[in-house]
Amino acid sequence: MTQTFILDGREIPFEPGQTIIQAALAAGVFIPHLCYHPEFKPHGSCKLCTVKVNGRHTASCTYKAAPGLEVQSNTEELNGERRTLVQMLFVEGNHFCPSCEKSGDCQLQATAYELGMMSPHFDHFFPDRPVDASHPELLLDFNRCILCSLCVRASRDVDGKSVFALAERGIDSHLIVNAASGRLADTNVALEDKAVQVCPVGVILRKRKGFAVPIGQRTYDEAPISGHLPLAEEC
Amino acid sequence: MSSGSLESILCKYDGSPHNLLQILREVQEEEGWITPATVAALETALAVPRAKIEGAASFYSFLHLQPVGRYRILFSDNIIDRMGGSQALMERLCNLLWVEPGKLSEDGLVSVTTTSCTGMCDQGPALLVNGRAITRVDEARIDAIAERVRAQVPLAEWPGEWFQVEDNVHRRDILLGSDFEPGSGLRALHARVETDGIQASNTRSWREGLPRGLVGPATMLDEIKHANLRGRGGAGFTTGLKWEACRNAPLADGQDRIVVCNADEGEPGTFKDRVLLTSHADMVFEGMTLAAYAVGARRGFLYLRGEYRYLLEHLEGVLARRRRDNLLGHSIIGIPGADFDIKIHVGFGAYVCGEESALIESLEGKRGTPRNRPPFPVTHGYLDQPTIVNNVETFAAAALIALNGGEWYKNIGTSHSAGSKILSVSGDCERPGLYEFPFGVSVAEVLEACGAKDTQAVQVSGPSGFTIAAHEFDRKICFEDIPTAGAFMVFDKTRDMFQVARNFVHFFAHESCGFCTPCRVGTSLLRNLMDKLHNGQGSPYDFEEIEKLNHILQAMSHCGLGHSACNPVLDTIEKFRPAYDSRLLHQQFTPAFDLDQALSQARQMTGRDDELAHFGAEHGDKQ
Ligand SMILES: Cc1cc2nc3c(=O)[nH]c(=O)nc-3n(C[C@H](O)[C@H](O)[C@H](O)COP(=O)(O)O)c2cc1C
Ligand code: SF4
Ligand code: SF4
Ligand code: FES
Ligand code: FES
Repeated sequence: MTQTFILDGREIPFEPGQTIIQAALAAGVFIPHLCYHPEFKPHGSCKLCTVKVNGRHTASCTYKAAPGLEVQSNTEELNGERRTLVQMLFVEGNHFCPSCEKSGDCQLQATAYELGMMSPHFDHFFPDRPVDASHPELLLDFNRCILCSLCVRASRDVDGKSVFALAERGIDSHLIVNAASGRLADTNVALEDKAVQVCPVGVILRKRKGFAVPIGQRTYDEAPISGHLPLAEEC
Repeated sequence: MSSGSLESILCKYDGSPHNLLQILREVQEEEGWITPATVAALETALAVPRAKIEGAASFYSFLHLQPVGRYRILFSDNIIDRMGGSQALMERLCNLLWVEPGKLSEDGLVSVTTTSCTGMCDQGPALLVNGRAITRVDEARIDAIAERVRAQVPLAEWPGEWFQVEDNVHRRDILLGSDFEPGSGLRALHARVETDGIQASNTRSWREGLPRGLVGPATMLDEIKHANLRGRGGAGFTTGLKWEACRNAPLADGQDRIVVCNADEGEPGTFKDRVLLTSHADMVFEGMTLAAYAVGARRGFLYLRGEYRYLLEHLEGVLARRRRDNLLGHSIIGIPGADFDIKIHVGFGAYVCGEESALIESLEGKRGTPRNRPPFPVTHGYLDQPTIVNNVETFAAAALIALNGGEWYKNIGTSHSAGSKILSVSGDCERPGLYEFPFGVSVAEVLEACGAKDTQAVQVSGPSGFTIAAHEFDRKICFEDIPTAGAFMVFDKTRDMFQVARNFVHFFAHESCGFCTPCRVGTSLLRNLMDKLHNGQGSPYDFEEIEKLNHILQAMSHCGLGHSACNPVLDTIEKFRPAYDSRLLHQQFTPAFDLDQALSQARQMTGRDDELAHFGAEHGDKQ
């Protein structure tokens, strides 16, 4: 007999070892997330996937499913808290969606829509984050980095390269690349690298591919992020 | 750096990437900073990508990937230092040396800036010069420092008394008052094992062959459990349960159990571990050895905060003596197979590394980011091996328990808090320093003992602890009332409790590791809000914002740092509301943008400062 737990009143089956978010997504239930990616070891840093397990807040991408758990996710309280987290991510970086290549394909933007975020609410930090355009094929626009570390994990664990790493700490945390010059052009990054594909926002971009798919026909133009479950499973 | 000396440092650290941070420290101690050439050499020698080396090094305040001045001066910036005039002293030094705070002087000679509390709160204001603490700083000392920096006098030739650090123990109880004989705890325990015979819980471990190393029978564990010892690092976890979980954790091939002593002591206002390591190091190391005996560990680490780097040679000396006396090493006190040794790992200015899983990451040579739990360190700690992490004072207490027995210990203190607690008292009182009391002592009794007058509030257990107001001074220091990691900062009636809270909020923002969104962004937002109030631009609306941030930080943060970052603000709003109200400009919403401030440039250019040149009359006397 498969084991189950309760998520928002619904019975969710799970395999031993699965986390709450894995079981939920497999059962077709969306839980907002940014740093979780089915192919990588969970990181547990963005906290967007926070749910309440038996009344206590916890990140569902790191919490293992267990029989009989009572999990709340799609509640006004939790969605309000998640909205605040998204607002924090917006004001921490420099996000100007209308001019962003990733607009419509961006998970941060789509999550903001999903959660009904109407304004950034907090005062912007306006950090100074120079763009790295050194590479002939790729552009790094750090202004949009949300420090999810997916590119770090992909490069290290899949590509076996460690092109990306996190540096400094606290609000000064930022991404660096593996080159004495500090420039992407001087790393061994390749276009086929998994690390180049995984960025949920508009940091790691292909040059000269700009706006290949017109706005209005992009991933989250067709359906909101919660309607992309299979995609969440495979992308 | 000569390739020879890098070679010998690498050799000392087994050429292991897990020792990256200690290697970087030793290189920096020779060269002043970590040059690109060093990074390149280590990239090859350790087979670690340079981005990882830079990522790890840049996490820590005291490791430098950029050239730093020949003199690097850091003023301790806890509220207690500030009350002692540290800000004016720093300004004075900057003026004398012609430097801007935080910037390297043009000749590359000196930089002056601030750092989090350096653990010298009873003899401040304090500063660090190239990592060495100078205590009791006053104007005369500042002038003399400036002179020596300008004349480029080597640090070794500066007056020794500047670097003197006092113990300042004003009340001793069972721990600080004992003349602990090195080895006496181990021998007392061993004697008890032989007379007690093998107990039920050991037979099981013997049979399962679980403990390795000291292969200790369960006697030590039983004494610790019987004593009801609880951790002294803040959380008050039952030590016996932690040790037992580690002892029972299965080992994979080639694994060992690990004992870690947490001497990161980063909580502002806490300095008891410094004194324990200065004057009672044997007790601490013996406690670690006894813990190793209890859990079956062969390797131990002392994680020493970077601010206490000056204790390293002393501590290495104590370890060497204990090895000579057969209190460490192989077959300790002649027990066959009883093997255990301790290495010292020096930290580099990161408060979060006091959190046990971040500490373990740091021990492994990485960024000090708290781990996802479960699994917990007791089963998957240092390099995934079963690991116990305990506070310095916890280990010292364990040594006493081995010596005198659990029954003796549990009868001291209160029913839920056995034993004594060492308090680090600082701030507005006649005799700042250490006070050891049995648990259950009231705040008022401590205030009386240290000679505090007209006390308005006490911050117990540091910024992440509790602000206790006068009407609560009969409350007791113990786990069931006011639990504490040891800090006891006293504020008299002349102090502005809003500034106390603002200082603490700046501390959390500075020390957030940046891993999780709520803490990384939330602590900075909170800091900005407190600064907005400080600048006289607050409104009641900002209280709602503080409430909201508090909720997000408490509910969603990854570790205790984020969880407690709002505590000082909430406590002071509740208990010292007038300190906030007096700062509110309007009773309604006020934007962070200040039109009058924005006009100041225009005023300067036109040379006007009359009433009509201001937007809103109430701004006139604001700054
Ligand atoms: C942000 C943070 C900082 C901490 N700093 C320290 C510290 O400096 N020293 C310490 O002993 N425990 C510190 N702790 C608590 C440790 O995580 C851990 O609980 C403690 O070392 C366990 O030892 P104990 O059981 O003997 O108290 C800190 C916890 C957090 C969340
Ligand atoms: S990364 Fe996403 S949210 Fe940020 S600007 Fe681009 S589209 Fe907008
Ligand atoms: S660049 Fe993209 S994938 Fe990498 S950490 Fe930043 S947001 Fe995440
Ligand atoms: S998705 Fe779980 S913390 Fe980011
Ligand atoms: S070192 Fe100055 S208050 Fe702690």
